Amino acid sequence: MTTDYGPLAIWTVVLVVGVATFAIRYSFIFLFGRIDGVPSRIESGLRFVPAAVLAALVAPAIVDPGPTVAATILDDRLLAGAVAAVVAWYTDNMFATIAVGLLALWAVGAVL
Amino acid sequence: MFPDDFRAGVRAALPSLLGLIPFGLVAGIAALDAGLSPLQAVGLSAVVFAGASQLAAIDLLANDASLVVVVLTAIVINLRMAMYSASIAPYFESLRRRWEVVCSYLLTDVGYALSITEFAEDDGTSRRWYYLGAAGAVWTVWQVATVVGVFLGTGIPDEWGVGFAVPLVFLTLLVSEVSDRPRLVAALVGGSVAVAGANWPLNLGLIGGALAGVVSGALVDRRGE
Repeated sequence: MTTDYGPLAIWTVVLVVGVATFAIRYSFIFLFGRIDGVPSRIESGLRFVPAAVLAALVAPAIVDPGPTVAATILDDRLLAGAVAAVVAWYTDNMFATIAVGLLALWAVGAVL
Repeated sequence: MFPDDFRAGVRAALPSLLGLIPFGLVAGIAALDAGLSPLQAVGLSAVVFAGASQLAAIDLLANDASLVVVVLTAIVINLRMAMYSASIAPYFESLRRRWEVVCSYLLTDVGYALSITEFAEDDGTSRRWYYLGAAGAVWTVWQVATVVGVFLGTGIPDEWGVGFAVPLVFLTLLVSEVSDRPRLVAALVGGSVAVAGANWPLNLGLIGGALAGVVSGALVDRRGE
């Protein structure tokens, strides 16, 4: 389907979304740059943002809940992700993790 | 130090670029399919620079949704970046304002994830140059991939699974980040909620998962003290 909106409407969307997205990105960087240091209670909570965000980004990409436990586990992305996690744990090397993960995805896809 | 830290940032970003290319191609192709002009398609990537929200906006425009819905949907999808902004802000405190602005514009999932892990591990890294290397590489590839998608009109076949490289990047960073009990709990809760909410609209599964993970991690941390 193609849009019925004209150039003015589309450029308005581009600009409004662009400005709003920039404001979201700049929000706390602006704020913490102006106040004197980050409040310690906030800072202690912020320590957990990377682990929580990374897990929330990764998990839905590799876990696809199926009708049964077996169907959930015997999934190419989950198996490839598990293999990649082992490689990441032992090597702490991103290239190795990605290479093995992608190869595992293709291999499992060929078998399943 | 520049240019060593800049180069280190670019190098750290390389694996994820492999996964961003098909995504960027799709951003260009989908925009044309939806009836945007080539200039509008490229403008969307340059001005907004946030893939998931771009694809959502394109899809809604193609279906002639009201402009308010288009804009609000894209904004809600990008709300997660407020968390990145708060999390990375302490490392940017000493930056001049113009660099704050540049770094903010370049803030993405990948740029944030790579930089925050590096900053936490190594105090000696130049924040600005490492970040500009990693986030700048992401930006460059995103823009080029969009343009190529617009002009080529064809992407990399889904079956190749190259897009899987991006979650693998996050997985590598996650494994090195989970260094103690509170962080493990934050990851387990965050991941579980995100899976449960994978079908929630507007990326709310990701935002909800991240918030639930942070709160759980902080609670476990306080009980352990």
